[in-house]
Amino acid sequence: MSTDATLSFEEAMEKYDPVLGFEVHVELNTKTKMFSSAPNVFGDEPNTNVNEVDLGMPGVLPVVNKTAIESSIKIGLALNCKIAETCRFARKNYFYPDTPKNFQTSQYDEPIAYDGYLDIELSDGTVFRVEIERAHMEEDAGKLTHMGGAAGRIQGADYSLVDYNRSGVPLVEIVTKPIQGAGSRAPELAKAYVAAVREIVKNLGVSDAKMERGNVRCDANVSLRPHGRERFGIRSETKNVNSLRAVEHAVRYEIQRHAAVLDSGEPVIQETRHWHEDTRSTTSGRAKSDADDYRYFPEPDLVPIVASREWVEELRATLPEPPAERRKRLQADWGYSDLEFRDVVNAGVMDEIEETIAAGATATVARKWWMGEIVGRAKNADVDPGQLGVKPETIVELNKMVEAGKINNKMAAEVLDGVLAGEGTPAEIVEKRGLAVVSDDGPLLEAIDAALAAQPDVADKIRGGKVQAIGAIVGAVMKATRGQADAGRVRELILERLGVEG
Amino acid sequence: MTENNVLIRLSAAALARKLAAGEVTSVEVTQAYLDRIAAVDGGPRGVHAFLHVNTEEALAVAAEVDAIRAAGGAPAAELHELAGVPIAVKDLIVTIGQPTTAGSKILEGWHSPYDATVVKRLRDAKMPILGKTNLDEFAMGSSTEHSAYGPTRNPWDLDRIPGGSGGGSAAAVAAFEAPLALGTDTGGSIRQPGAVTGTVGVKPTYGSVSRYGAIAMASSLDQIGPVSRTVLDSALLHQVIGGHDPHDSTSLPDPLEDLVAAARLGNVDGMKIGIIKELHGEGYQAGVENRFNESLELLKQAGAEIVEVSCPNFKYALGAYYLIMPSEASSNLAKFDGVRYGLRVLPKDAPLTIERVMGATRAAGFGDEVKRRIILGTYALSAGYYDAYYGSAQKVRTLIQRDFEAAFAQADVLISPTAPTTAFKLGEKLNDPLAMYLNDVATIPANMAGVPGLSLPGGLADEDGLPVGIQLLAPARQDARLYRVGAVLESLLEAQWGGPLLDKAPELATSVVEPAETLETQEAK
Repeated sequence: MSTDATLSFEEAMEKYDPVLGFEVHVELNTKTKMFSSAPNVFGDEPNTNVNEVDLGMPGVLPVVNKTAIESSIKIGLALNCKIAETCRFARKNYFYPDTPKNFQTSQYDEPIAYDGYLDIELSDGTVFRVEIERAHMEEDAGKLTHMGGAAGRIQGADYSLVDYNRSGVPLVEIVTKPIQGAGSRAPELAKAYVAAVREIVKNLGVSDAKMERGNVRCDANVSLRPHGRERFGIRSETKNVNSLRAVEHAVRYEIQRHAAVLDSGEPVIQETRHWHEDTRSTTSGRAKSDADDYRYFPEPDLVPIVASREWVEELRATLPEPPAERRKRLQADWGYSDLEFRDVVNAGVMDEIEETIAAGATATVARKWWMGEIVGRAKNADVDPGQLGVKPETIVELNKMVEAGKINNKMAAEVLDGVLAGEGTPAEIVEKRGLAVVSDDGPLLEAIDAALAAQPDVADKIRGGKVQAIGAIVGAVMKATRGQADAGRVRELILERLGVEG
Repeated sequence: MTENNVLIRLSAAALARKLAAGEVTSVEVTQAYLDRIAAVDGGPRGVHAFLHVNTEEALAVAAEVDAIRAAGGAPAAELHELAGVPIAVKDLIVTIGQPTTAGSKILEGWHSPYDATVVKRLRDAKMPILGKTNLDEFAMGSSTEHSAYGPTRNPWDLDRIPGGSGGGSAAAVAAFEAPLALGTDTGGSIRQPGAVTGTVGVKPTYGSVSRYGAIAMASSLDQIGPVSRTVLDSALLHQVIGGHDPHDSTSLPDPLEDLVAAARLGNVDGMKIGIIKELHGEGYQAGVENRFNESLELLKQAGAEIVEVSCPNFKYALGAYYLIMPSEASSNLAKFDGVRYGLRVLPKDAPLTIERVMGATRAAGFGDEVKRRIILGTYALSAGYYDAYYGSAQKVRTLIQRDFEAAFAQADVLISPTAPTTAFKLGEKLNDPLAMYLNDVATIPANMAGVPGLSLPGGLADEDGLPVGIQLLAPARQDARLYRVGAVLESLLEAQWGGPLLDKAPELATSVVEPAETLETQEAK
């Protein structure tokens, strides 16, 4: 794999102005598929959630899933789009074994939703408006696994396996208009935009919105132009960037790569790029030109979809609170400062905190755990915090143990590591690792006496009323007990021993 | 005439009456047809209407019906009117338990895991399925010569074509190998074979019979319909297969009109019947034109008012059809690639890539006419050509619909010859696709507009003694009018002939040595 030259991001920004564009595919969580009655379920045995329609058997016909239409309209409304009064499906014809019919049924020139926008709040509170060109419905393709050969590509593979469980799963593709003027905020905006779309579809309840499962997939288009020029540069399209962090990194990388290409005087090639999480870089995919001929024509097996204004208004009335308003409400409910709340949003743990509070934690405790412990671990593991697999119940249980004085905060962090390592529940790990705050005063008193004897001058200070000097003794006791003592209790006992009022 | 020969020549309605009265059993009827198939279908001069004969299952269904009838009571009373009446099914329609080939090598040996909706309805009515009938590959043709399994012969003259694509279904009914059959009609594939074999065939209103399970050629034009020897029989079968189907999005929600009552009532008194100026005269065989004029005279005598209507855009119908049909077909047939089912051919040399396996499979699996249409359709849909070809053709389609609307403002039913000529010789037009396409000039407009059409025998042409078809056309959803007028014309014509036209057909030489050469027997070898 050859490595492309890159410029530093700062230098790239000095010379060029980035223009972005996103195609975000959202898998809907309908019970059945877009055009068949087969179940829409992730992770089952290959080729079990299929019927004759999904397999493209001779003679089959599609029937549109009404819930998928409703979900699509809801997404359109949440993206401030207009909803088409009538729209149609088309056939996108191409020969590839992931589509059993050798065409994909997709909307083409008549999307169900169009001309919308989404206001994206950046980390410093700046609001950036992203214009939505369209949101259209289509069906997902099957999943191919190429065996043998290099890099899991079809080229050079010995054979390929195909799983049609995903074939026909309803998708909504959200396409932005070209996004201009983001400047050096482009990578951040990219991440924030995809996060906002994910938040919206999750909030609507129309998608499971799990990026790691491919429920939300992003293709990121990047082009550069010299500052002050109106005409867009040639773009690359980085496919299937499947985490929020990856979206940010991919856009940043492509900006740096484009800048190096342009600096060298070569033209940028219009092509698809593949994102590699391990090297945090992209490699060249298929050369793509606008002349790819999919021979689109209206799907003759389906009748037009008519969305009456009454129906659209009924659906609008069912929409949940928009995420921006929800954020305002949550901040007020939780009593976080602006800075605290923005940090939570930027760390991408707002939903997690909400779930943790719902599971029984206070807002302060939930924030302490997510921001203080989990976000850092996620960064080290290079994943989104939600993907670490911490359950709200775990946090509640850990916090209860701390509050009950069974373990201290330091131990709790260790227990959390155990949970993440799959060693069991917090209670099991405490048991297994023998982690418990020493609560028998006997050994503590011994340690306290030893500490007082070792630091008589400190003991005198305390006796003389300088209670704040107690930290040195507490520290020595904690050290002697290898952190297993309850610091609060230690403090009480020292004061008791010295006959001083706390 | 033997007893069986009497039985197999009865109409489906007459068979149904005898079955209900207990005068004959379904097993006797079904066996009589199976014997007839064995006698006339196989061998070098056989009709070759069948690609597969479904002996065992057909007899089992017949025996089940007989047992229910014998036991009496509510189950017997609830039996469908056509229960026990056998039927043949065009091999474009999928059936569990029998192969479905679409007349193509690419599906040789394939068994469908599901039943077409119309087949389910036949099973619900407990009609024994005799087997699957021959057709032009993927229903592409007007002569059944494009079948990968050899042509079907016309029972009127074994050296002539039985029409197409549904030549197998029409010939089976004409040769008394089945009382009823199912066909599909995209540009005339039910009506034109009906015309050249002296049988009745109906293309229902688009959307009134479910297409689920009919292997698609052109989705916006295809329609399943009945094939029979009498107008009433078609109405009976149409009533079984019609009605809304949730599996077909283009299926109409409307309940079917009482088509059987329409066929039984039969009345043209005071009706306006419109001759389509553009669909007769020049280009039509003299004998066809003569029989057509005779039918007009009979209808006039029966009280109909004959008017002339003009459909000026019909002259563009054939051209537009040959853009829309191949465009849709090129996409519909893309799924036949050797990956999931059917034939798979590996290229002779390396590399063994997916594209080359698909290519080799399609090169070997499809016949010339199918390839011709796929290439034509792929071209018509290409970027840069779409507007000029597919787009313009769709506009023509709208103009044809308007022509029909204007014509039906002046007439209740329209009338024309079904086909410009009688049956031509096998091989005569095989190397001249355009001449072959012209055979559908009178049937295509109905598909383009979605309106229903019925073809019934109009007599024999003077110059060759071969059957001529008369086509009736009605507005969409007014299929009942076809049966009302068709039944009258049929009875007037039969009164003239002194019996059904098929009585004038030559006796077929029967072979008792070899059973029918069918896929089933081939598989057994």
